[in-house]
Amino acid sequence: MSANLIPILWEATLQTLYMVAMSTLLGTLIGGPLGVFLATSRRGELLSAPWLNTVLGLVVNAARSTPFIILVVAIIPFTRMIAGTSIGTTAAIVPLTIAAAPFIARLIETAIREVDAGLIEAARAMGATPGQIVRKVLIPEAMPGIILGLTLAVVSLIGYSAMVGAVGGEGLGDLGIRYGYQRFMPEVMLAVVVILIVLVQLVQSCGEWIASRFDKRAPRNRGQ
Amino acid sequence: MAEPAISFQGVTRRYPQKGGSDVVALHDIWLDVPQGAITGIIGRSGAGKSTLLRMVNGLERPSSGKVIVNDHDVGAATGTALRRVRREVGMIFQHFNLLASRTVSENIALPLEIAGVDAAKIAPRAAELTERVGLTAQANRYPAELSGGQKQRVGIARALATGPRVLLSDEATSALDPDTTRQVLELLQAINRDLGLTILLITHEMAVVRDICSHVAVIEAGRIVETGETYDVFSKPAHATTRSFLTGVTGVAVPQFVAGQMREAPQGADAQAVVQITFIGAHATDPMLARLTAERGVGVNILAGAIEEIGARPFGSLIVGLPAARLDESQAFLEEHGLLTEVLGYVG
Repeated sequence: MSANLIPILWEATLQTLYMVAMSTLLGTLIGGPLGVFLATSRRGELLSAPWLNTVLGLVVNAARSTPFIILVVAIIPFTRMIAGTSIGTTAAIVPLTIAAAPFIARLIETAIREVDAGLIEAARAMGATPGQIVRKVLIPEAMPGIILGLTLAVVSLIGYSAMVGAVGGEGLGDLGIRYGYQRFMPEVMLAVVVILIVLVQLVQSCGEWIASRFDKRAPRNRGQ
Repeated sequence: MAEPAISFQGVTRRYPQKGGSDVVALHDIWLDVPQGAITGIIGRSGAGKSTLLRMVNGLERPSSGKVIVNDHDVGAATGTALRRVRREVGMIFQHFNLLASRTVSENIALPLEIAGVDAAKIAPRAAELTERVGLTAQANRYPAELSGGQKQRVGIARALATGPRVLLSDEATSALDPDTTRQVLELLQAINRDLGLTILLITHEMAVVRDICSHVAVIEAGRIVETGETYDVFSKPAHATTRSFLTGVTGVAVPQFVAGQMREAPQGADAQAVVQITFIGAHATDPMLARLTAERGVGVNILAGAIEEIGARPFGSLIVGLPAARLDESQAFLEEHGLLTEVLGYVG
């Protein structure tokens, strides 16, 4: 591989990291509260609002069942409205966020639903408000599951970010297609794949490590 | 009589069923729980005891009737008023319900945080409670590192954090082994004595009632079938459910070799009647059987027996064989002297 490709690979890696980081952040800001609400608003639950729960559930399912590449193209006018342009790395953050938010919402909903109902009852018996139950019981208790869910979301977004090249987003995926496929440079394709494997591996390991730091459920031998 | 701590006044709880008749979980419950006492509600699973207990802190609401706790109508309270009442009522659970993400002292601090107690006052209060339940050495451990008994101690300390006047116990010892059960019950007793706390507990184990409850209510299919001081209910159980709960708890069962040959009616001249004799109160320690033999010449054949303490009063239970021919006379003699007798069957 010629030396002048290395800056290109490096730049593409940074672009991918930028897109994934921003869309994870924004997706969590939208999907986090949405997930908490979905987990607590069925009939008879803490924030009981069955109609809104059903409607939001349908919206989330619709967003999740749309293939990502179609989503990217379908929301181009919306992307232009938000980002000022529909082309480029920053613009790609819009569809990535819109794909990430419902996914993260479902992952966080699942993590929160894993929390033992007995803990909610105990907190209610203490006179906790629904807000206190969410902040002091549900989120801290679900934290290991939430971290693992976000890890999964980041890994999926690394994959999605490779597709935004189709609408002028840059990054590793775009580089792999343009150089590796269209210009017949298999070594670039290989480098891109290796970098992606390393990235995913790093994200997965970090996520698992952080989750285990939050997880106090397993007994540990600390000695006496 | 002093004002009761908790008063159930005609409480009924119905659960509406889709397209059918309602399920009645509780039916017209009238029950006063005395201030500063330990009261047990005993019943089988599904009898409604859990629903009844949860009405005291508004986790369940009556369909009709009133639940009065410390002069507040809990059944009618909502929002802030209900949360204020809940902070005056502590609760402990069968499965402890501790937060896995919090240490012992952080778990104990939770109700204080929820009540909005000044952050500077939380740590000393949590430390005091941790010491009260004997877990100072474990204060920074997580629930996963504790035994069942230790977890329940954390539950108790947590329930006491906001200084409640009433403690509710939902089968608190049902998941524990006998030794640990005894220790937890002793702790509850000590708290009741030292803090004058009213304790209302539900259980399906008569042994728990025997060991710590001064008052008991027996619940069956959503109705209270018997209620009173534990000693009276144990010594003179009036309802079949109470009797079945008492089997195996108050002392004695008919030994297997006798039970195998028992009949409903005597056969032959030398048949023996198998009689359960209950000694209560002042007579529990009198040598009545010796007197029956000495004064009436009736031979008594002891088959099984035990004397135990219920509410610090002696309570004896014996199963004996008496000559069937002299049964009526012997029964009259024993009853005359304040003992309770019941014929279980005949042998021989």
